[in-house]
Amino acid sequence: MAERIYIFKRFERFWHWSQAALIMFLLLTGFEIHGAYRVFGFEQAVGFHTLAAWTLVGLWVFAIFWHLTTGEWKQYIPTTEKVVAMLKYYLSGIFTHAPHPFRQTTLRKHNPLQRLAYLGVLLFISPLIWITGWLYLFYDRWAAWGLGGLDLGLVATGHTIGAFLMLIFFIAHIYLATAGHTPTAHLKAMITGWEEVD
Amino acid sequence: MLRTSIGVAMAGWLALFASASALASDPPPVKLNTTADHTKFKELNGPFKSGPEVTKACLSCHTEAARQVHRTKHWTWEFMNPENKQRLGKKNVLNNFCISIPSNYAACTACHVGYGWKDASFDFAREENVDCLVCHDTTGLYQKPPGLAGNPVVGAPIELPPGSGKMIKPVDLAKVAQKIGKTSRDTCGACHFRGGGGDGVKHGDMDTSLAAPTADVDVHMDAEGLDFTCGTCHKASSHDVPGSRYTPTALDKGGAHIRGKDEKKRNPATCVACHGNAPHKEAKESARLNHHANKVACQTCHIPTFARGGVPTKMVWDWSTAGKLKDGKQFTVKDKKGHDIYASHKGDFVIGENVKPEYRWFNGEITYTLLGDKIVKGQGNGGPTQINRIGGSPTDGKSLIWPMKIMRGKQPYDPVHNTLVTPHTAGNDDTGFWKNLNWEKAIETGMRTSGAPFSGKVDFVETEMYWPTTHMVAPKDKAVGCAECHMKNGRLEGIEGVYLPGRDAHPLVDKAGWIMALLTLLGVIGHGIVRIVAARKG
Repeated sequence: MAERIYIFKRFERFWHWSQAALIMFLLLTGFEIHGAYRVFGFEQAVGFHTLAAWTLVGLWVFAIFWHLTTGEWKQYIPTTEKVVAMLKYYLSGIFTHAPHPFRQTTLRKHNPLQRLAYLGVLLFISPLIWITGWLYLFYDRWAAWGLGGLDLGLVATGHTIGAFLMLIFFIAHIYLATAGHTPTAHLKAMITGWEEVD
Repeated sequence: MLRTSIGVAMAGWLALFASASALASDPPPVKLNTTADHTKFKELNGPFKSGPEVTKACLSCHTEAARQVHRTKHWTWEFMNPENKQRLGKKNVLNNFCISIPSNYAACTACHVGYGWKDASFDFAREENVDCLVCHDTTGLYQKPPGLAGNPVVGAPIELPPGSGKMIKPVDLAKVAQKIGKTSRDTCGACHFRGGGGDGVKHGDMDTSLAAPTADVDVHMDAEGLDFTCGTCHKASSHDVPGSRYTPTALDKGGAHIRGKDEKKRNPATCVACHGNAPHKEAKESARLNHHANKVACQTCHIPTFARGGVPTKMVWDWSTAGKLKDGKQFTVKDKKGHDIYASHKGDFVIGENVKPEYRWFNGEITYTLLGDKIVKGQGNGGPTQINRIGGSPTDGKSLIWPMKIMRGKQPYDPVHNTLVTPHTAGNDDTGFWKNLNWEKAIETGMRTSGAPFSGKVDFVETEMYWPTTHMVAPKDKAVGCAECHMKNGRLEGIEGVYLPGRDAHPLVDKAGWIMALLTLLGVIGHGIVRIVAARKG
């Protein structure tokens, strides 16, 4: 009988799913603004994208506070331990029902690869998106802020790079969510908070 | 108590009767827009035998009026561009409509604010040669038919053109003179709506639909709304009307223009002169829209199309096909709505209604190709000869993205001297092109009048002429939507120097981004399939 441990607390689950919805919506509206397709129309897409972005900012204020006060930020400290083992597992072990090299606990809820990936999101993709996104939003204030020399094309391209990286992360993240103890174990955990472990 | 109230009621009735039989000394019930009733002036009783006689009567009170008019380009048809020292004005420039004026004065000067300019001998110093009525008529009865050098028909009806059988009635000059008033859309429009020889032909943003427009055609001139006249924006001072097609104000950084301040220095007819530099206040995205105004002229969004009032404008004029005859006679071909699209004496036309403008960076600098300037047919710049080259770039700090009507044409030129030519078109004589359909003779006469050499050879050259669009401002809810420019192949497709979200992307980033996203997707799908297959085997 598999053991169950409580990994994702109520706020964490709320944060994850609302952030997931916002990011999907931001990708949808963002690539429309970029001219990739037409769903809402440019003007509406800009309005929605801006609204969703500010909502996400609000969510992050709470999430950062939560991470700092609960000490959960430590979950993203990178480690080299078992990184190679994880890679091996994804590349071969997973096909042969080899045991998962990482055992989740409440204190270490992310496997080493996850830690690295999320840290990458936190330290690289997010800052890139936020900084370029804010500049983009306040394009009309640049001159007043002494940023008159900034090039919109540069900022927009940076934002686009961030968006593509987020899209790639999103695809991989959804797939790897099925690579737990059972294909639905991670998903269930993210919904109920309880993860089955071997 | 009862008696008092009856008394009050009776007093009220009396007061009512008194006002009903208003005394002559009471102020008039409606606001009069003039302090002088010209029907009361004995000087205007007439009868007048000519236009100059009326002018003399006007000048007997308005002693300096003619001298004021003499200073303006409405009178001189000449303008010295202070920037590039080009001598411009109707008298000197060429266009790709009826081309040029010099040998065609008697026809063209129907739109001169004067009487009798039939050739170069016209006396510009004579005060009575000024035509007061053409701008100040309020009756709509005053007409100056082409061919009479700016004179109206007076006395007896005349046949015009001679032999045509068309009779033109005389104008009662005294009646017109007694009813004079301020200029109106009709008086300005009598010429400016018909530039290029007919209704709406030249400008695209000015035609007779502006005489009494709906709000959709022009939100300011809306006859049932703001009801602006031309002079509301082009507010004349000393008969000098501000606004210029030779030195237009492309970028006005001066903010809303308080009347009386800097009147000499600033153009009062810009959008900014009234609306300021941050005009969007109520819209949801006001700050963003105001910021657009740093790069985009107001007209670009607020004039979605020109020729919007039901009157088509000429977009292409090909003179090279003129001269065809049917049964030995001149003929015209009309489109479904009855507008000419071919005429033997003028060639082929392409006309358009509700035309989306083309867009260009524009800084207000315009350089004309004048008579005598060397042109190169189909070489050099590769494109058509530019009748007027416009200045502008995204980086000069003086330009905005402007809507333009770009008039395209094919017109005669001298392939030996490589110059444009000034054909003699109008005229009931042996060389006028419209009657004789002979280019060599018409150009010979025209170039002689212009004092320019002509080799005797005629060829045709493609030309383009820029007409910045500024009239026919639509109501704000009809302004151009964001997505019409923020898209690929949108209105601003060819505009360089700005990153336009929705239109622009870094090509490499986009390609790499989509490829990597696709590879990731394929990777996880492949990984998943292998897992499923492995699970089944297991």
